Amino acid sequence: MPRSRFSRLALSGVTALALGLSGGALAQQAVTLLNVSYDPTREFYREYNNAFAAHWEAETGQRVTVRMSHGGSGSQARSVIDGLDADVVTLALAYDVDALHDRAQLIPEDWQTRLPQNSSPYTSTIVLLVRAGNPKNIRDWDDLVRKDVQVITPNPKTSGGARWNYLAAWGYALEKYGDEAKAYEFVRDIYANVPVLDPAARGATNTFVQRRIGDVFIAWENEAFLSVEQLGRGQYEIVVPSVSILAEPPVTVVDRNVDRKGTREPAQAYLEFLYGETAQRLAGKHYYRPSNPGILAEFSDRFPEVKLHTVDDWFGGWRNAQETHFNDGGVFDRILAEIH
Amino acid sequence: MSTLASPIPPLSSEAPAWQRATEEPAWIRRLLIGIALTFLGLFLVLPLAVVLYGAFEQGLQVWYAAITEPDALAAIRLTLLVVAIVVPLNLVFGVMAAWAIAKFEFRGKSVLITLIDLPFAISPVVVGLIFVILLGSQGWLGPWLAEHDLRIIFAVPGIIIVIAFGTMPFVARELIPLMQQQGKEEEESSLTLGANGWQTFWRVTLPNIKWGVIYGVILCNARAMGEFGAVAIVSGRIRGETNTMPLHIEVLYNEYLFTAAFAVSSLLAGLAIVTIAVKSLVEWRDERQRHPAAA
Amino acid sequence: MTLALRQPSVIPGFGITLGFTLFYLGLILLIPIGAFLLYTAQMSWADFWQAVSHRQVVASYKLSFGASLIAALLNLVFGAIVAWVLVRYRFFGKRVIDALVDLPFAMPTAVAGIALVTLYASTGWVGQYLEILGLRVAYTQLGVVVALTYIGLPFVVRTVQPVLEDLDRELEEASAILGANRLTTLRRVILPALLPALLTGFALAFARALGEYGSVIFIAGNLPFRTEITPLLIVAKAEQYDYPGAAAIGTVMLLAAFVLLLLINALQWWTARYTRR
Repeated sequence: MPRSRFSRLALSGVTALALGLSGGALAQQAVTLLNVSYDPTREFYREYNNAFAAHWEAETGQRVTVRMSHGGSGSQARSVIDGLDADVVTLALAYDVDALHDRAQLIPEDWQTRLPQNSSPYTSTIVLLVRAGNPKNIRDWDDLVRKDVQVITPNPKTSGGARWNYLAAWGYALEKYGDEAKAYEFVRDIYANVPVLDPAARGATNTFVQRRIGDVFIAWENEAFLSVEQLGRGQYEIVVPSVSILAEPPVTVVDRNVDRKGTREPAQAYLEFLYGETAQRLAGKHYYRPSNPGILAEFSDRFPEVKLHTVDDWFGGWRNAQETHFNDGGVFDRILAEIH
Repeated sequence: MSTLASPIPPLSSEAPAWQRATEEPAWIRRLLIGIALTFLGLFLVLPLAVVLYGAFEQGLQVWYAAITEPDALAAIRLTLLVVAIVVPLNLVFGVMAAWAIAKFEFRGKSVLITLIDLPFAISPVVVGLIFVILLGSQGWLGPWLAEHDLRIIFAVPGIIIVIAFGTMPFVARELIPLMQQQGKEEEESSLTLGANGWQTFWRVTLPNIKWGVIYGVILCNARAMGEFGAVAIVSGRIRGETNTMPLHIEVLYNEYLFTAAFAVSSLLAGLAIVTIAVKSLVEWRDERQRHPAAA
Repeated sequence: MTLALRQPSVIPGFGITLGFTLFYLGLILLIPIGAFLLYTAQMSWADFWQAVSHRQVVASYKLSFGASLIAALLNLVFGAIVAWVLVRYRFFGKRVIDALVDLPFAMPTAVAGIALVTLYASTGWVGQYLEILGLRVAYTQLGVVVALTYIGLPFVVRTVQPVLEDLDRELEEASAILGANRLTTLRRVILPALLPALLTGFALAFARALGEYGSVIFIAGNLPFRTEITPLLIVAKAEQYDYPGAAAIGTVMLLAAFVLLLLINALQWWTARYTRR
């Protein structure tokens, strides 16, 4: 069965290319895109793909099917580098997308400037999820270093999402103490309170929710909402810290793949449509913060205002942050070695 | 121990002393059965119960919906396709390898046996890594494959290769000791009586190794359906396309669709149990036909 | 028997069967593994050594080898008892139990991990009672042992079972007639006959446990230096695009597996000779 689908796919790719060469009269020809994404975007893209397909067919008369692949952000990027045929990637952090350029020249170096808002059509932030009634009275990042608090967060070496958690905590400490050494101690003390270090973000949610381990779960805001809404109404509360980080999950067309397959046009349109009002509302519905301020305002009861900093202003960009903190021999390795 | 043994009078049984001496006293029998059942209960029955409980907790309808959802069906079809290719391949390999090893003497035989065992012992993670390094677009054969538009990794062929790798030993492992133990006198007489090699294999060898073959195929099949770690690395996780059942289960679990995850798992467990049950049944009937008096 | 083996063979098919065996092995196994080893060999010795001897990696070897050893020993003891009970005794539900033994082969390892952690977490069916006894399984090294015991369970049972079925009862009767008690018969007659199968099962369970990934990550806490297994580190390296680092550790695991298997085969050969004498 998958065989025949593959040959059909290959066929449509070839014909699309042929028609593309013959001058763009591809109106009636169906096209297939592959969006390689990370775990939490499933519900959002399921709805968005239908919206985009309708929009694209109305606009061009062409039918488009979007196939999805979900997994941990880093492993998804690795698959694309190793040859997974993605037309677009929609990942959790810019570092994973940078890798597509650095490791395999699949995209140009300036990919992030090609779309508005750092190529992040929707954003999120890092919040604290606690059990109902907030029994440990957790109000802000400071409470996470208390000796009586167990913290759940995934391993930043393997989970892209967890790197945002780490950087948010670091940034908070930096704001508060204005001192790198103090920030180091602060983050170290948080990780000393971590009893289970899951390799991926979804695993960590399951540890906190299903296994009931830990007092506080450092999570993306959209994931926290999902836990509250889907996994147990009334069992969890979201605590918004005083300062946090602006999590920007970026998107890009994978140039090398779309040029080979002749799918640049629909792939490009697929990403641009993310900034439209329909998509922005869908993002809000699925707990991501819309980048369009007008539509963000529509969801103001859902998204409280937080002082948000970007990776660029706290850490001078993802490449820097990665190199200093998460690479082998970096700060996080030092923290691990010190607490274990 | 002696206090436990004492309630059983040593000479109360009517069987002759030597026969009793080849059996254990009843309390030891009960103790051993108890230990075995406790162990299997903790490690086999309870985990299975968790899966089945999770699968049917919300009723048959939810279970049925979960396994007939399009992505689940696609995963089931892919798994069956992979099994349909991998199992015959490894069956032919297993029979050939066992024939060569059991019926002939040659140098390097023990190394060959070790090599056949190797996939048992290699981490699935390493298996995946090996094929990504070899066939990935950054790998050695990657550029050549891309030039000829051959998709192996992140497509069905890659999944087939890693599963064939991981399940290679099952049939061979089952047959080698069996055929070694049976020796080759029967084949030799058949050949001396004028049968050709092919006839000898079908009429003499195969009936002797039938159970080994069936059992090896069942294990190979079970493992091929359940393979996870290596497939996770080379699949690309395209929904409805390169997700095998185990990957689909992981995806569902990661999407907090626990009931659906357990439902698909129950299917895998069910398939395994059914194949093994069929094997037991056939074995039992066969035994009865051969020894009608004994049964 | 030994004489026949030395006679020139009249059996046909040597060329084709061995040829196909080597071809298939070469294509699926040897070329890929060779390429992998070559890939590792491109690293400088210093880089390789640094990758495989890092403190965190060494801690993971200790856990992986230690937990696998304990799990394989558990399987050796309980697997032998299970095999014995299944072959020698009759009891209710025996056939079902017999069929279930293969389940760990069939169950995707991720499902096994999820099921085990559901059971043994402090909120689980079994875990809550173990908690009272002061035993914590989930997210400890004990959890790793539990998962590895589960996935290695069929090996000892399934290697010992057929040998036990074939074991000539007359030998035991003879031993009994000659005045040996049951324990002596077990020690002097039954165990030596089972020894090769026991060793094979043990070593296969051990080797399989060493490489296991899918089930362990759910039940181990995955804390570096404490509950982090080596395969997880390999994945972590690969996810950070450090393929050489991943390949280096992978090579160590590969060599360990190979040595282990050679050892099994040597042991089998040795016991075969020893018991025949």
